[in-house]
Amino acid sequence: MSAATVPITRRTLLKTAGAALVIGFEVPVKLKAKAEPEKPVLNPLSAWIKIDQGGTVTLAYSKSEMGQGVSTSLPMILADELGVDWKSVRVEHAPTDPAYGDQGTGGSGSIAAMFTPLRQAGAAAREMLITAAAQRWNVSAAECAARHGAVWHETDKLTYGELVESASRLPVPDLKTVRLKKPEEFELIGKGVPRTDVPAKVDGSATFGLDVRVPGMVYAVVARCPVFGGKVKSFDASKARALKGVLDAFQIEPDQGVHSCGGIAVVAESTYLAMQARKLLHIDWDYGAGADESSETLRRQFRKLVDSSMKVVLDQGNVETALSRAPAEKRVECDYELPFQAHATMEPMNCTVHVQGDRAEAWVPTQSPEWALRAISQATGLPAQKIKVHTTYMGGGFGRRYQADFALEAAQVAKKISRPVQLVWSREDDMGHDFYRPASYHRISGAVDTEGNITAWRHKSTSTSIAVFWGDKAPPESSELGCTLQMPYLAKSYRLEYLPADSAVPRAWWRSVEASVIGFVMESYVDELAHAAGVDPYTFRIRVLGEPRMVKNPSDKDAIPLDTARFKAVLQLAAEKSGWGSALPSGRGRGIAAHYSFNSYVSNVAEVAVENGHVRVKRIVSAVDIGTPVNPDGIRAQVESAIIYGLTAALKSQITIERGRAVQNNFNQFTTLSMKETPQIEVHIVPGTAAPTGIGEPGLPPTAPALTNAIFAATGKRIRRLPLQAGDLA
Amino acid sequence: MSISFEVNGEKKSVDVDPKTPLLWVLRDTLNLTGTKYGCGIAACGACTVHIDGEPARSCAYPVASVQGKRITTIEGLSTDRSHPVQRAWIAEQVPQCGYCQSGQIMTAIAFLKKNPKPTAADVDEAMSNNICRCGTAQRIRAAVLRAAASASGGEL
Repeated sequence: MSAATVPITRRTLLKTAGAALVIGFEVPVKLKAKAEPEKPVLNPLSAWIKIDQGGTVTLAYSKSEMGQGVSTSLPMILADELGVDWKSVRVEHAPTDPAYGDQGTGGSGSIAAMFTPLRQAGAAAREMLITAAAQRWNVSAAECAARHGAVWHETDKLTYGELVESASRLPVPDLKTVRLKKPEEFELIGKGVPRTDVPAKVDGSATFGLDVRVPGMVYAVVARCPVFGGKVKSFDASKARALKGVLDAFQIEPDQGVHSCGGIAVVAESTYLAMQARKLLHIDWDYGAGADESSETLRRQFRKLVDSSMKVVLDQGNVETALSRAPAEKRVECDYELPFQAHATMEPMNCTVHVQGDRAEAWVPTQSPEWALRAISQATGLPAQKIKVHTTYMGGGFGRRYQADFALEAAQVAKKISRPVQLVWSREDDMGHDFYRPASYHRISGAVDTEGNITAWRHKSTSTSIAVFWGDKAPPESSELGCTLQMPYLAKSYRLEYLPADSAVPRAWWRSVEASVIGFVMESYVDELAHAAGVDPYTFRIRVLGEPRMVKNPSDKDAIPLDTARFKAVLQLAAEKSGWGSALPSGRGRGIAAHYSFNSYVSNVAEVAVENGHVRVKRIVSAVDIGTPVNPDGIRAQVESAIIYGLTAALKSQITIERGRAVQNNFNQFTTLSMKETPQIEVHIVPGTAAPTGIGEPGLPPTAPALTNAIFAATGKRIRRLPLQAGDLA
Repeated sequence: MSISFEVNGEKKSVDVDPKTPLLWVLRDTLNLTGTKYGCGIAACGACTVHIDGEPARSCAYPVASVQGKRITTIEGLSTDRSHPVQRAWIAEQVPQCGYCQSGQIMTAIAFLKKNPKPTAADVDEAMSNNICRCGTAQRIRAAVLRAAASASGGEL
């Protein structure tokens, strides 16, 4: 099994993402640690920080910029410890190099993983510059101070530009003991700076993957089997090859490791020609076992599974007894249903590869440059050291660009064509061959007592498991249950049951992954219990959160416990800022929801107006606790983004399946929230001091339930199946 | 067959299949990659350019139809990001991934030319056919209103 075919799961990726970053010298030297194994070290003054004589400071960021703002927030952390003015800072993407640690960008993990290592690197560089100045002046380093890009001793001053050459030759201080700023000394962290990538994104100069232009470059598209899992039986490319400007057409093989489809590649002198030539291919497909699958067959399977006895994943108290003892009016049983969702990044998948004899160069809009590199290495047969991967800007990621299928395909084509090749996916390719957010079905039975306590909560669910699709060694439910394993609300009995459903539809990590499903289900159901108890939904949540406690994940000892005090605090802040409880005109309603995902806490309150069966979201107030905030406006932007992404999935978009293929293949069918449907969004950030956590995803899970709870408050109609269908509110 | 037109004030002549959408001529032939491919069916607006001052979706606009016409792309707005709409986009920190923003900006400029003093509802109506998956609509709305407020006379 070659490297790229080793199944990579988000579970393993996230575990490695948490590993400590190795900081070291460009020319590796050995740390003098005795007990620990020796690690190569990067010199922060060459790997992370470059300072020119004029004082311009270039800071590297090692995570992919897909719009979430890491090309600003990560360099901010370095710059703060380094002690330079932000206006002197330029940023650049770090090379793809294991020395920078895990460069995979996902799981809302960049700030969480990099906060301390970047502070240590910035502080180490600052101390080296101070030492260089002290040596120059022949004074003690303790008498010197660094600020605004210079080292000072009394009234003497040496700029970093004057010091960098000698400083970079000094030994790197021990990163574990280097002095870090106290939070009150921060000059950038928590205060914020404008985004570094904005200027290039208002004049067309930002280079996305599709904008890469290499001299002599040609373009390729691939015809893939429309049915998931299908293969080429035979093909005739003679008409395509005959078109002027077409260089070649040939078969490429599918790959089980990256789950690429294989198909017929067409290479031409322009994107348009390649797309036109593809239409001239005659391909006889073997549709395979998935050809009869549809959303309806899947739904029947889901229902049969939840009607059956399922695997018990978690069992606390006696849920059967509690349910049987509860009076009928205090018992609530509901089914919830969520569809497949496409990522629909604005920039479709693409990758540019140039194979030049014994080496290759690639330009990849990827969230995982390491995985792209392994895929290119596998497809070309070249060793990884002979492949240079450039990570470009990307027109959206949302998890789709963690995959390496498009990089592997590009390398397969480039290996055959001795010119640089840009592989382009059309929008139809992109939407029809995504790795979708799983479809799922849930049945929750529970009850409250006369005092408004939850006496029973039994959640049976089934889905097209991500773990099953990727052949993960972990059980099928490991990718599907999310925060149900860290139940914040007190329930006297609680049981989780699960079985996976069979499906050929590819699925993987869509923005907030299983939390996008679990957040909706849990926060819808707790709302239903509040109404069964006759208690205001906000008050009910606060009550059933009980006394502050830490909730561990029984199936993952490495998971960070959920702190119910922080969970409660975001609910309180969102309620306060939204004017929870104040009167609304007729036809309007407010809904609240909160969720814990990626170690962050978010509560959203939605306000809706429902008129003639049509819902309009007027306002969403969000409260977030992500520990120490780094770039507040960037945090607000990510929450706005996640809320709109979540509203689109709740109100507009879905992928349905017919005859084994995706029905929706472009934006005319997969519709998104438009500006006139976009509510006013307010984001409030808890001024936390705990270690920072991520915010690319956690704003999404409490969005759909806040919306549907608000619809219920406005109309008395409970939405349990997403997205909202025409007629649901009629 | 050679097709001639003007792009950002420069005369261009291309020899391509006349059915080729203008988008691909801009991107692949003229190397103006600021105009983006998003859907190919004029549904998302990422490819919006101006043809004789009017907004057009270049992905569904055959190049033969621009013979003799004047095209402006995102690259033609200014040399220093000084166009009032670009300045407003920076001030409101609009872009996230940024991929749709060329089309958003070109749509906004054409709209503001027709309606220099819009209400928020006017902006919503005018910008609702451009898709942004990052969800920057709230900031786009603010930026268009800011640009309108900052522009005096025919600055846009």
